[in-house]
Amino acid sequence: MVIERHWKKWVYFYIPLTLFIIGTLFPFYWMLITAVRPDAELYRSWRAVNNTPFWTLQPTLAHVQDLLARTTFPRWLWNTFFIAIVSTGISLACGLLAGYALARLRFPMAGLLGTSIFVTYLVPPTLLFIPLADIVRNFHLGNTPWALILTYPTFLIPFCTWLLMGYFKTIPKELEECARIDGASRFGAMVRIIFPIAVPGILSAGIFAFTLSWNEFIYALIFLSSPERKTVPVGVVSELIRGDIYFWGQLMAGALLGSVPVAFIYSFFVEHYVAGLTGSVKG
Amino acid sequence: MALLRPRDVQQPVLARLLDNERALAAVLLAPAVLILAVFIAYPFVMGVWLSLSSTSVGNPGRFVGLQNFLKAWNDSIFQTTFQNTFVYTFWATIFKLALGMWLALLLNRHFRGKRFVRAAMLLPFIIPTVLSTFAWRWMFDPTFSVLNWLLYRTGLIVTKLPFLSDGTWALWCAIVVNTWRGMPFFAITLLAGLQTINPDLQEAASLDGANAWQRFWHVTWPLLKPVTIVVVVFSIIQTFSDFQLIYVLTGGGPANSTHLLATYAYQIGVATGLLGEGAAISLFMFPVLLAVVWIQLRYLRRLEGA
Amino acid sequence: MAQVVLKDLNKKFDEVHVVKDVNLHVRDKEFLVLVGPSGCGKSTTLRMVAGLEEITSGEIHIGDRLVNDLPPKDRDIAMVFQNYALYPHMTVYDNMAFGLKMRKFPKAEIETRVKETATLLGIQDLLKRKPRQLSGGQRQRVAVGRAIVRHPQVFLFDEPLSNLDAKLRVQMRVELKRLHDRLETTAIYVTHDQVEAMTLGDRVVVMKDGLVHQVGEPLEVYSKPRNKFVAGFIGSPAMNFIDTTISDAGGLYAETTGMRVKVPADRVSRLAPYKGKTVTLGIRPEDLREAAGSDPHDLVFEALVEVVEPLGSEILLDTTVGTHTVVARVDPTVRAKHHQKIRLAFIPHRIHFFDNRTEEAIV
Repeated sequence: MVIERHWKKWVYFYIPLTLFIIGTLFPFYWMLITAVRPDAELYRSWRAVNNTPFWTLQPTLAHVQDLLARTTFPRWLWNTFFIAIVSTGISLACGLLAGYALARLRFPMAGLLGTSIFVTYLVPPTLLFIPLADIVRNFHLGNTPWALILTYPTFLIPFCTWLLMGYFKTIPKELEECARIDGASRFGAMVRIIFPIAVPGILSAGIFAFTLSWNEFIYALIFLSSPERKTVPVGVVSELIRGDIYFWGQLMAGALLGSVPVAFIYSFFVEHYVAGLTGSVKG
Repeated sequence: MALLRPRDVQQPVLARLLDNERALAAVLLAPAVLILAVFIAYPFVMGVWLSLSSTSVGNPGRFVGLQNFLKAWNDSIFQTTFQNTFVYTFWATIFKLALGMWLALLLNRHFRGKRFVRAAMLLPFIIPTVLSTFAWRWMFDPTFSVLNWLLYRTGLIVTKLPFLSDGTWALWCAIVVNTWRGMPFFAITLLAGLQTINPDLQEAASLDGANAWQRFWHVTWPLLKPVTIVVVVFSIIQTFSDFQLIYVLTGGGPANSTHLLATYAYQIGVATGLLGEGAAISLFMFPVLLAVVWIQLRYLRRLEGA
Repeated sequence: MAQVVLKDLNKKFDEVHVVKDVNLHVRDKEFLVLVGPSGCGKSTTLRMVAGLEEITSGEIHIGDRLVNDLPPKDRDIAMVFQNYALYPHMTVYDNMAFGLKMRKFPKAEIETRVKETATLLGIQDLLKRKPRQLSGGQRQRVAVGRAIVRHPQVFLFDEPLSNLDAKLRVQMRVELKRLHDRLETTAIYVTHDQVEAMTLGDRVVVMKDGLVHQVGEPLEVYSKPRNKFVAGFIGSPAMNFIDTTISDAGGLYAETTGMRVKVPADRVSRLAPYKGKTVTLGIRPEDLREAAGSDPHDLVFEALVEVVEPLGSEILLDTTVGTHTVVARVDPTVRAKHHQKIRLAFIPHRIHFFDNRTEEAIV
């Protein structure tokens, strides 16, 4: 490696990296500290002499208790989880099959179809939410989890297809050719040989799709109306703000609890998530 | 020589069908294509129709031509919104790229706890935007802002800054939050790109007498360009069509000064119920997205050709 | 056990015609090698036999069945791939058992067969390992084992030795040959390595640009190449080609700057029509030797030594004669130094002549 002087390493490496870490993580610390500070400390004037915003001597769980007492927060968590799991499952299944076909099979218009799926990958949800709301209404799906379970795949399927197609292309095609000679049909070779080998790719796509679903906001905001049917992001926005009044303690408690499951899952699959992330932009 | 017919004519029809390459492709693609057709292609067509009609909630509406587009174009809030969307996208992308590149270069070095730091750096990207934006909104709170407190205590300001109560300030706050959220995506993908660059090249360049900046500019950057372009395109699309961040941080306020196309379309189309006009406003995104996608496709083609 | 017949076989990828009217008859129990430079269509031909590529036109028969429309699994063949294609998520045992399981063999029988085959190949201790825990040579054996465990009618080999290092390649070559002698199963083997082709094949098929150039036993192809391509492709170092003019001066001579060779008597009648024209003279490096005083002067020429490559058992001399480069493979006792002249003699009945336009051998 290129040799550096000691002070240079501090100026060019340690200090910037520390600033990055602080900048990135501070909002989460802020969430945490707000969620456990009593209201009296939260709403203290910014110039007050006794203001100590970065810590508290009287941590409290009152906000969490309020959150659970006044809202159906556990229900939101369950809704979010259920919708994310089912839509991820559907998208993975579709993406696996479509990705395999695009990566391996020769058929007319393969190029065109691949391009169209890539283009839909780039269509943002906010372009189509108004007509989609109409369609959801026409299908009588409004205010049911199915409204989201069926619409989330619009952005998850292209992503899963794209990612898995890339993964399949890295698997030598001789493996399935050999399986077909060994006695498997095309379909059998795909299911018995290629899918098991693609498990890391499937995990990556699944984790990434799960976080995308958990994160989704605009469809959930528009398609769901009853408080007990909402997902965490929508519930927090619509049920914890009364008029112009923000209940910051509860809001931050909700934000924190709503983040924990996805962060928890992420922590177990960091490498897969990163592979999904970097794979998502590969050509 | 006796030519026997293939012995497997009696095989189940389905099995025979699935062994045909084209039939299998059709079967495998059907579910994905069906869902995408129903929930993307059809809404798109319907969106175009809505944008050309006077439909509102409870009123089927009739064909009005380009009236919705013209109305929006002459609306001063829309003009601000349109401009905001470009300003927001441009600066947020620049910041994300610059900081993301810097962070990627830092993370590309060897140090203790690297895996942990890398994992932690991705948190803003993992945590639902709505939830983390609430934390920012609370940090920007007009009365209780911790940032004001911090700046005041360090003696940098004497009076509080109008983070979200002034239109210009608010838009820049949104750009900051967007940068904070999207920067890890840049950093991690660029880092993955960096890791594919052979470290020998760096050493060779430094033997040739290149300093750190020259090494970056003449060796690293050209090799990183393909990844960078793709990441930037993705980011532009996401930023240009952003909704949740503005919705939570400013709600388009103060006085409709920080709307983006998506939030304004929501306000007109969903909150006010003018579906036709709302659809028209979101379709204003389309040409820009189309251009970006087109560039992306062309670029991918060129890569494949090379 | 079965013969394989290819009739007027053609393959086009879009507009590219990669296999052109190939007709082959692989006899029962024969070891047939398809050899040629990359892109000659040999692999595509093999893959059509396997059922991995659709046939554009023509027929393929395995045994007495027309298999054109049969999926690979129903052709009763086994194939060994260049990259071995071992299923990475299965153990060696499962890899070998896969084909039998797919054909619903009883468990006990599968076990017997796998163990038997593993012992035959000396991999019985590796059965519980995953492919990534194996060395290149071991993987190769497993791939072969997976093919033979099924007792198929035909073995297909697609460059199976190319990924091995030189030493292992020679060793595996011998083993494959022994295995074939023992199993007596029809085999079609694709390679770009002419040494492999010569040593393994009962017969060799030389292909180029989708066309079959010659089919024959290895020594026949070597000693009687049908055209210039086959002559140059088979044999190492490659045959020397020298453009010569046929002249008549009381007998036919092939002449070029610095060389004047008497046309052997048995070739005179065929070469007579070429009088005054240019033909290509071909001579293998091993068919040249250092001239002795007793050699007739019209079989001897003088060459300038450029490079001397002593290989121990022989010496390769890179020489120039006029504007031509001529490689000679001479006895290790020959004392040649570079930049010196040496007198070389032809072995007359090993001289080849090729028509300059058609490149066909003149025999």
